[in-house]
Amino acid sequence: MSPAAPGVVTFVMDGKDVSARADQTVLAVAREHNVAIPTLCALEGLSTVGACRLCLVEIAGSPKLQPACVLKATEGLNVSTRSERLDKYRKMIVELLLSERNHVCSVCVSNGHCDLQSLAQSLGIDHVRFPYLYPSFAVDASHARFTLDHNRCVLCTRCVRVCDEVEGAHTWDVMGRGIRSQVITGLKQPWGESESCTTCGKCVQVCPTGALSEKGKSVAEMRKRRDFLPYLTQMREEHA
Amino acid sequence: MSKVRLATVWMDGCSGCHMSFLDMDERILEIADKVDLVYSPLVDIKTFPESVDVTIVEGAVSNEDDLKKAKMIRARTKILVALGDCAVTSNVPAMRNQFGTEGVLARAYLENAQINPHVPNKVIPPLLPQARPLHEFVPVDVFVPGCPPSADDIFSVVADLLAGRTPDLHGRGRFG
Repeated sequence: MSPAAPGVVTFVMDGKDVSARADQTVLAVAREHNVAIPTLCALEGLSTVGACRLCLVEIAGSPKLQPACVLKATEGLNVSTRSERLDKYRKMIVELLLSERNHVCSVCVSNGHCDLQSLAQSLGIDHVRFPYLYPSFAVDASHARFTLDHNRCVLCTRCVRVCDEVEGAHTWDVMGRGIRSQVITGLKQPWGESESCTTCGKCVQVCPTGALSEKGKSVAEMRKRRDFLPYLTQMREEHA
Repeated sequence: MSKVRLATVWMDGCSGCHMSFLDMDERILEIADKVDLVYSPLVDIKTFPESVDVTIVEGAVSNEDDLKKAKMIRARTKILVALGDCAVTSNVPAMRNQFGTEGVLARAYLENAQINPHVPNKVIPPLLPQARPLHEFVPVDVFVPGCPPSADDIFSVVADLLAGRTPDLHGRGRFG
């Protein structure tokens, strides 16, 4: 017999009763019910960090917004996934991300296939209200097959997590604080000199923007292939 | 019915947005019937008129002349439209921002010059420290992102404005 199944809970999402397993997150339940909640750092098959705050939802009776990616489904919960207040914050987050680095969509390898770009579009962002910072960030093209462009990075840490949790190499990590944070390879060595990198390319495929790309791809040519991730996770769970 | 006084302005951009405007095929005749084109790189009028109903600006604000023009245009225009990513985000022109004007001018006119290397200092307007989007200098009423925005999007926005409607791209507008 399998171990005791988690209990079933019932809660309210956008005014409708929904049932879920007690170990599910509100985000997972929302997706099962085709309720669209915007996300950037969350990716099926990776651990959740609740870093981007785009999936914040309202809970009746609580003044605090909670990220749906880590919020567990509990009995009697009453969540709203859409509201003027949430829209306002989601727009603000994406606009701040756009203003913090140099996301020049028109000349980006990921133009047309970028999570950040399509988020801006779906949230109806037609300009950024915050002053652009135009920071000075380098491009690391030292790896034989891949390129890292910090100008496009949103610090979602998908690359860090997939490298650690799925590939088991932990080549990637984050250095610095706040707006000055950067993803790094090894101990901030050029990527091409990293001894732990296995050149598997998982980081490139999970990256939501053009920050990580395959060499040889020109503007708008970089399409990410993410099918491997839920497949690998499922196989590991089934054969654990 | 009197015609709508329309102007288009080309600042720090590649003119691709103006090309995309012209790419709307026969629909441009429909617009031409309803407007007086009172200032544009497409016509031969040299001075920006006193009173304009709709001004469409392509390009980032990048030099002192752009900035002067932006303020003058705003003062003389009822509805100001930022057309395309350079006007809306500063886009490619802003890629110079992290190098400083001296570095950029030296790269263009000294390091890469084959003959007579010198930084031009006459006739052409001095660069601003950074190329920045139009709305960081003057209030903008309508934003049309895209590099360039599609002819369909431009037609839809202009047709809405000419009909007195608030333009709505219905989520089609996109950076890049």
